Amino acid sequence: MIAEAGHYALVLALALALIQSTVPILGARWHDPALMNVARSTALAQLLFVGGSFAALVTLHVTSDFSVVNVFENSHSLKPLIYKITGVWGNHEGSMLLWVSILALFGGLVAAFGNNLPLSLRAHVLAVQAWIASAFYLFILITSNPFLRIANPPIEGRDLNPVLQDIGLAVHPPMLYLGYVGFSISFSFAVAALLEGRIDAAWARWVRPWTLLAWIFLTLGIAMGSYWAYYELGWGGWWFWDPVENASLMPWLAGTALLHSAVVMEKRNALKVWTILLSILTFSLSLLGTFLVRSGVLTSVHAFATDPTRGVFILLILCIFIGGSLSLYAWRASALKQGGLFAPISREGALVLNNLFLTTACATVFIGTLYPLALEVITGDKISVGAPFFNLTFAPLFVPLMIAVPFGPLLAWKRGDLLGAAQRLIAAGVVALIAIAVLWAWTLGGSTLAPLAIGLAVFVIAGALSDLAERTGLFRLPFGTTLRRARGLPRSSWGTVFAHAGVGVALIGIVCETTWNTEYIGSMKPHDTAHVAGYALTLDGVRQRQGPNFREMIAQFTVSLGGERLSVMTPSKRNFTTRGSTTTEAALLTRGASQLYISLGETAADGEIAVRIYHKPMVLLIWFGPVLMAFGGMLSLSDRRLRVGAPKPARAPRQLQPAE
Amino acid sequence: MTRKQRRLTMIGGSLAVLAVAAALVLNAMRDSIVFFSTPVMVAEKHIPAGRRFRLGGLVEKGSLVHGADLAVTFKVGDGGATLPVSFKGILPDLFREGQGVVAEGALDVSGVFRADTVLAKHDETYMPKDVADALKKQGHWKDDYGDKSQAAQADQSAPKGVPQ
Repeated sequence: MIAEAGHYALVLALALALIQSTVPILGARWHDPALMNVARSTALAQLLFVGGSFAALVTLHVTSDFSVVNVFENSHSLKPLIYKITGVWGNHEGSMLLWVSILALFGGLVAAFGNNLPLSLRAHVLAVQAWIASAFYLFILITSNPFLRIANPPIEGRDLNPVLQDIGLAVHPPMLYLGYVGFSISFSFAVAALLEGRIDAAWARWVRPWTLLAWIFLTLGIAMGSYWAYYELGWGGWWFWDPVENASLMPWLAGTALLHSAVVMEKRNALKVWTILLSILTFSLSLLGTFLVRSGVLTSVHAFATDPTRGVFILLILCIFIGGSLSLYAWRASALKQGGLFAPISREGALVLNNLFLTTACATVFIGTLYPLALEVITGDKISVGAPFFNLTFAPLFVPLMIAVPFGPLLAWKRGDLLGAAQRLIAAGVVALIAIAVLWAWTLGGSTLAPLAIGLAVFVIAGALSDLAERTGLFRLPFGTTLRRARGLPRSSWGTVFAHAGVGVALIGIVCETTWNTEYIGSMKPHDTAHVAGYALTLDGVRQRQGPNFREMIAQFTVSLGGERLSVMTPSKRNFTTRGSTTTEAALLTRGASQLYISLGETAADGEIAVRIYHKPMVLLIWFGPVLMAFGGMLSLSDRRLRVGAPKPARAPRQLQPAE
Repeated sequence: MTRKQRRLTMIGGSLAVLAVAAALVLNAMRDSIVFFSTPVMVAEKHIPAGRRFRLGGLVEKGSLVHGADLAVTFKVGDGGATLPVSFKGILPDLFREGQGVVAEGALDVSGVFRADTVLAKHDETYMPKDVADALKKQGHWKDDYGDKSQAAQADQSAPKGVPQ
């Protein structure tokens, strides 16, 4: 009954989406406010029905109703409740349902909080949103219905893939989807602007908070996914340049560019046409990501759900939306008026530079991800493009970008003073040079690149701080004045400081982890001791434990430093009986920002156990950086100008009045 | 500067960055791309020793030998040929005899594939897509590979009941 209700709710949502995708557009054409307002009610009703449908699937999973194929294939009655819930989106059908639920959520938010939008713009935006929704409802209903029943219900389910039975899965996909799908709003706004043939600074002011919101979630989602891979896959790696990861990185890069170009548009009414294009591209890359992950064209550590017939359907959606929006862009973009002028050396110029490097870096990731697929389709050769390719292309493009980051906020709008900015960055440059010198002396004979890269990161962080010092008059003015100024500073300025510093922090983590990571791989018997980076790790013994739906072999290590006992670490291997598969649960010991990492291999006949121990210096900074960036984003989102004072659209160009 | 000059500066700058990016991509394409082969393809193509590639196939039943200090050797076959593989390190959780595997490394002079990475790129049917495609193309694909593991799962789950 619940399954049928969920299915029916989804069909009703499709019907509502079809109404929403046509009626408001006609209303806008005929200038009929009643028809345009239909969009608002249908968007909210859609959210209600999709939400109901999603709740139905969650209920089926929680109650372990194995007469539903999706539950049978991905659940087990003994699975802990939390994984019964997260298992809903741990499979293809459920994750697509989550996708449309989030799409409906964003549509509903625009409907509910978009009261200050011009009526016709809101009608257009929600209509475009409904086009996307209709396509994906059809996709779910035709190819991946999560509510299908089995004729003869089995007693027990097949259990969720053990790798996915982890708290990381509870958080990672929803975050990522909030990011991916959140960019649909800026896409809808862009297409709506093209349809209306009108765009102004107020448009950017509406789009920016939505883009920022999506960007925050995507940033956290990617960081979360990376940390999950780090501790769950047992390899100690945090980024594999795997196509599935690239699929989420590309919208992030384009979205970051979009955030910055939207600033130019909002403040200076320039770069309009480019911002529209970026909005379209960002969501197109999100769609591409969905296609890559959901169609099964990839072999990948992450793609757990695959079916080629679905691939064709998503490819079709992809072509219609990307092709359609780009054609519309080519047709209508020239109708948009050019905006304000600016010199190459100016805040605008710096943001253009940022956009240039981010989009180019995004393009190299795009090539590295899709070239193997294209080559396989055309010539049949199978190749793999791995980390070396991205290190050789992505990294060199990021270096000039990082050097430019501290300059941007110090340049004035319209016409900047590069020399002045450089003077104000002298302190940051000196700090960076000292960092390089100290590191170089400390690691004498080691890597030469690493101190330079860390110096660059320090420059970015110190640059962000000197921007702050400059604005608050730190050291120049009395301390009280500085404090008052700091309080009066717009939150978006604080946001910039945190986000830019976050980039530097993440870079320090990345460089330290990749350069000074030490590892020990070997077999150990009980009472053997391994020495890694000054730590002594003694294997005390091995014991067995019965978990809710697995058996677990736990090894206990005592960690000591300089003869002093620090802690106990217990890595384990879990054997999931239902699927007959094993997972490795790594043990982590955090020391400051560094971590010790132990994962187990197989046990030999004589009781020796293969062990992999890593010492990863500063590794936590890799994820702390994105958290800082997201925090900066949230500060910026709470900026007064986005909360108070409805943005006013520029008045329509006055028509020539007939002389009376 | 006039509007035209400014635009030219912008376009010039963009083209310069794009040219640099294109050069980087082409350079990286030449050096860092790894091809995929099965044992039959290795035999046909006479891949020289020392050239990196990815080897995919099925781990031959009974060929896995554990040596001292985490060294392992096993044979990878694709129905037509087999190739000995040596690897030092910890095998991934999903590594099984009779199941698909993808390893990255190079041949040494004696014709042994020295793998430095053994990939765990599987879904739960234990068949990497590269390997499945290659086997299908060569006509060695048996449809029951996928079914067998599913059947095995069903068999295991059926009698188990509720362990207490």
